[in-house]
Amino acid sequence: MADKPLITARDLSKIYRRGSEEVRAVDGVSFEAAAGEMVAIIGPSGSGKTTLLNMIGCLDNPTSGSLEVGGRQVFGGRKELSERELTLIRRELFGYVFQKFYLIPTLTVEENILLPGAFYRSPSAKEARDVMKLLGIERRYDHLPGELSGGEMQRVAVARALINNPKVVLADEPTGSLDSRRTEEIKGILRDLTRQGITVVMVTHNLDLARSADRLLEIRDGRIHKA
Amino acid sequence: MNVYAIAYKNLLRKKVRTALTAGGIMLSAWVLATLLGFNKGYQQGLNRDIDNMGFQVLLTAKGCPYEAATLMLKGGTGLRYMPESVVKTVFQNPEVEKVTPMLMHGVFDPNKGENGAVAAYLGVDAVSYPPMKQYLEFKQGSWFTDNNALEAVLGYEAAELETREVGDKLLIPGIDREITVVGVLKRSGTQDDGTIFLPITAVQTLFNRKGLLTGLGIKVKKDADISALESRLYDLPDVQVVSMAQVKTTIMNLVNSARVIVLGIAGIALIIAMAGVINTILMSVMERYAEIGILKSMGAMPLDVFKMIWLETAILCGLGGGAGIGLAFVTARLSEAAVRYFLPYAPNGALVALDGRITGFAFLLIVAGGLLSGVYPAWRAARVRPLEAIRIEGEQ
Repeated sequence: MADKPLITARDLSKIYRRGSEEVRAVDGVSFEAAAGEMVAIIGPSGSGKTTLLNMIGCLDNPTSGSLEVGGRQVFGGRKELSERELTLIRRELFGYVFQKFYLIPTLTVEENILLPGAFYRSPSAKEARDVMKLLGIERRYDHLPGELSGGEMQRVAVARALINNPKVVLADEPTGSLDSRRTEEIKGILRDLTRQGITVVMVTHNLDLARSADRLLEIRDGRIHKA
Repeated sequence: MNVYAIAYKNLLRKKVRTALTAGGIMLSAWVLATLLGFNKGYQQGLNRDIDNMGFQVLLTAKGCPYEAATLMLKGGTGLRYMPESVVKTVFQNPEVEKVTPMLMHGVFDPNKGENGAVAAYLGVDAVSYPPMKQYLEFKQGSWFTDNNALEAVLGYEAAELETREVGDKLLIPGIDREITVVGVLKRSGTQDDGTIFLPITAVQTLFNRKGLLTGLGIKVKKDADISALESRLYDLPDVQVVSMAQVKTTIMNLVNSARVIVLGIAGIALIIAMAGVINTILMSVMERYAEIGILKSMGAMPLDVFKMIWLETAILCGLGGGAGIGLAFVTARLSEAAVRYFLPYAPNGALVALDGRITGFAFLLIVAGGLLSGVYPAWRAARVRPLEAIRIEGEQ
């Protein structure tokens, strides 16, 4: 595990308005994550875990606070970044893994993995093969998602997140749809990513998976309850 | 992996829906191409028919000019007669190069068809008629020996219908006179194919119409003022002047009026197809709402998503439009037969004339209409916010 901070969040807050009521989904959260570190965010439903993850991944703007990723001031700088600039940062820095995989059913495993690059960069078939090999799905390259097990589909989703060489992988309940054996597999894969210098930030309800992280952030009512 | 492949494979997700939408576009393209082809084919056929008459002005006995023109075009018989002396009068005009007198006569033949039918004979001048119809070629034999001879020249179809060859006899019903077939024409693709030609004097004698004509074809000298000639001919008593240019214009005006209605129908078909495209693509976008959001979270710009959805529309319209054009080619003869069945007069030759220009125009119009209808669904897709998609994912 390296010790240089790749992600620096300072007093991140997200306030929603529900009628006249003000809801503090995230309330002054500060934390750092170094390159190659694995951070797990846990907490009860509605505590603000996913909102925090979305802000780190530039998918949601904080109401206040600052965020720096890979040396770039994403939020809280002198000027607010445009949607286009945020998209460019997402392309460059992040890979996303979701609980429901979201693989395109008519594309093969290889095509799904190459999908993020289809719009702005064309990763080579060799790059796709390397990632598939890393995740042990190289034999499934020409299969459709419907022909895969849940664990294999999540591996494909991880491979898709890795194809553009991200610095950070953000995973929202990455094992939420998997049985315990597949969960162990994904845990091992995420661990392997950190050994390659990729920072992993995940939201999970699975305590066993959370305990495998380098750092655990427990969120309650939008605040870090325990770190 | 590129955006074209993604768009194409997205269409394969709901094959039946895609096929039905493409089918709607195909029908629109088929209707459009066929109608445009018909308009061109009809115009070409009419021009060809009138040009093949060999004369630019037709004189007939007084009556309805359109009836007279239609009778001539259809190879029918006129019911009124004018004196033969009109030939000399017409020849005195300086614009006239050649004239050819004609006498058409019909006789009821009880043995023709199931219930009998009219057998028509066209009496023509053996000297002046052939030079005006230079496109007529003989399969067997030649023109009559003289204008009094009891001889006949049969058009290609008339010979087939009567099952006669050169040397055979042909019985004229009603008067029980036999004439000898001296010539059979090759197929010309004009009304002459169904005509039985006889020498004009023989027709006048056989049917007791001495000194009478039903028509007088006038060929005008090159660069002569046809309208000046026509205005002088209008002054002749008991005859009427049918200008083939006027006939052509009148028929084309009628055809163009019908075209406006028919193109309106094609426009409605196009609008229905466009509505189908909007519906299909919009449904597809809604079904993939979360997926599109995920794509954007992975770095796809709004324009990238717009392009992907628009490409889906373009592929759909391209395939449907192409199939429709192909169908128009395949069914051209069938469409032609249907049109011939319903129209009171249809010129000879191909009625649905499809060429690269017409099919290209129809294809481009369909694709442009399709692309226009794809703008809204593509715009909706481009506006999907990744966060909303992820929230939907969390809620489901």
